[in-house]
Amino acid sequence: MPIQVKRLLMVFGLFIAIMAVLIYFLTPESWGEFGHYRGLALKEIADKEVKHVDVNETCAMCHDSISATFASGEHKSINCQNCHNVGYKHVEDPTKENIVKPEVTRDFCLRCHAKNPARPENYIKQVDAIEHNKDKVCINCHNPHKPWE
Amino acid sequence: MGIKKENVTRRDFLVKSGTIAGGVFFASLLSPFKGVYATKEPEGDGVWYGIGIDIEKCIGCASCARACKNENDVPKEPFFFRNWVEQYTITNNEEIKVISPNGGIDGFTQTVPEKDIYKTFFVPKMCNHCEKSPCTQVCPVGASFESPEGLALVDQNYCIGCGYCVQACPYGCRYIHPDKGVVDKCTLCYHRLTKGLDPACMLACPTRARIYGNLRDKDSEISKFIRDNNCVVLKPQLNTGAKLYYNSLNQEVR
Ligand code: HEC
Ligand code: HEC
Ligand code: HEC
Ligand code: HEC
Repeated sequence: MPIQVKRLLMVFGLFIAIMAVLIYFLTPESWGEFGHYRGLALKEIADKEVKHVDVNETCAMCHDSISATFASGEHKSINCQNCHNVGYKHVEDPTKENIVKPEVTRDFCLRCHAKNPARPENYIKQVDAIEHNKDKVCINCHNPHKPWE
Repeated sequence: MGIKKENVTRRDFLVKSGTIAGGVFFASLLSPFKGVYATKEPEGDGVWYGIGIDIEKCIGCASCARACKNENDVPKEPFFFRNWVEQYTITNNEEIKVISPNGGIDGFTQTVPEKDIYKTFFVPKMCNHCEKSPCTQVCPVGASFESPEGLALVDQNYCIGCGYCVQACPYGCRYIHPDKGVVDKCTLCYHRLTKGLDPACMLACPTRARIYGNLRDKDSEISKFIRDNNCVVLKPQLNTGAKLYYNSLNQEVR
């Protein structure tokens, strides 16, 4: 075998050996368990913190009168947390600090109820953002938990 | 210089062309012609998620976008979204206007006078959890992948933040998280699904315009939705195998 081919083969051999060592030490744990990624990543993503509780019935355990009013009104399809922000922590440890009691401006209700031709009339009743009882706060007349009370 | 003529008899010709036609026919039996589906679920059992959005029910309140930001620590600045809502307005002289003030969270105001509007509607957008996602294919380190449940996820401890997938996603559903320096995207609230809870955007929707479920189960809500409605996906020409189905979507939507 000519000397130059021998040298070339040696270089190749060295290269492959280094690759093998690198692959051995640098492939993370659980790589390829399900596919071309770290299998542990699934568990890490699944372990993220939950912030919303699932259903309104969870709030009803303690706020039974408000929830009963709520469930009999037009807003019953809305999740409490749409207006009160996330409630998981509050359910675990109920204090006033970890739940939002919303500051009601007109925009608070108008984000759903402002007149907009794209809003389907049969799914949401709409009012003129400026003209409907100008400059008054919505909850003076409508109960947020039961709009027609 | 003459052209060499071969004497082909009619019989020879018919036999040869018959063999070729027959061969092609039998070859096609080996791999029969399939109807064209946007997605075909992979082998296996267990859940394989798909999402449906009922455009007609969307009231554009962006409760979904708000809930998502709260649930998943998405920065509140208006350039970072895992999901958002757009309002399309087609005017009488065929202009298409798309607005999405802070992803819809700041509330929509229609600037086109009502008499000029030909058509207007909301389109909620989010990750399509594509079956052949371009975003997972381009990841140089294997940090972006499709889970066995059919969700396109990011391994944030392994991501190097190169942003290649952000470029690759044809729907614009990824962003680089400013604090973590890695890519962040919709996981369909994987951390909730695995605990048996609904994703935050689904439970926030006041009109139940959002649906998700197991595409393998032919009786699930999502399978019914796809069957009963005339559903389309966004940018079908890209053949991404998108699994976010919209019913009666206008073709102007991109
Ligand atoms: C374990 C019982 C419990 C559950 C479950 C619960 N709460 Fe409460 N909540 C309380 C208590 C107790 C208070 C009063 C705290 C105080 O006065 O210090 C309260 C107060 C509140 C307040 C008023 C805060 C204020 O600033 O006045 C709101 C709003 C509220 N809860 C909403 C909710 C919502 C929404 C849910 C469902 C996600 C919920 N709560 C679930 C016990 C509960
Ligand atoms: C449409 C938005 C909306 C929804 C949905 C909603 N709330 Fe409220 N809630 C409000 C507003 C606004 C206030 C503050 C009223 C005020 O300032 O007087 C409030 C106040 C409260 C309070 C405090 C009452 C007090 O007297 O301090 C509780 C408790 C509460 N809500 C519980 C609930 C529960 C439980 C649900 C779900 C069943 C729910 N809310 C759903 C808007 C909402
Ligand atoms: C998350 C979106 C949302 C918010 C925020 C919201 N609403 Fe509603 N509201 C709805 C939906 C959905 C309905 C049910 C509409 C229907 O069935 O016609 C409704 C129904 C109503 C109705 C009854 C309409 C009817 O006659 O059927 C009134 C009045 C109303 N809301 C007032 C308010 C007020 C006041 C506020 C602010 C405190 C508010 N809403 C906040 C979504 C919302
Ligand atoms: C002065 C009291 C008052 C205030 C303030 C008020 N409303 Fe009303 N609202 C009414 C009355 C009365 C009606 C029923 C008659 C009507 O349609 O005007 C009504 C009707 C509605 C309806 C149902 C419309 C329909 O087509 O059936 C909605 C939705 C509504 N209001 C939302 C709001 C919102 C959102 C605000 C705050 C921006 C608000 N209201 C402020 C008194 C009030």
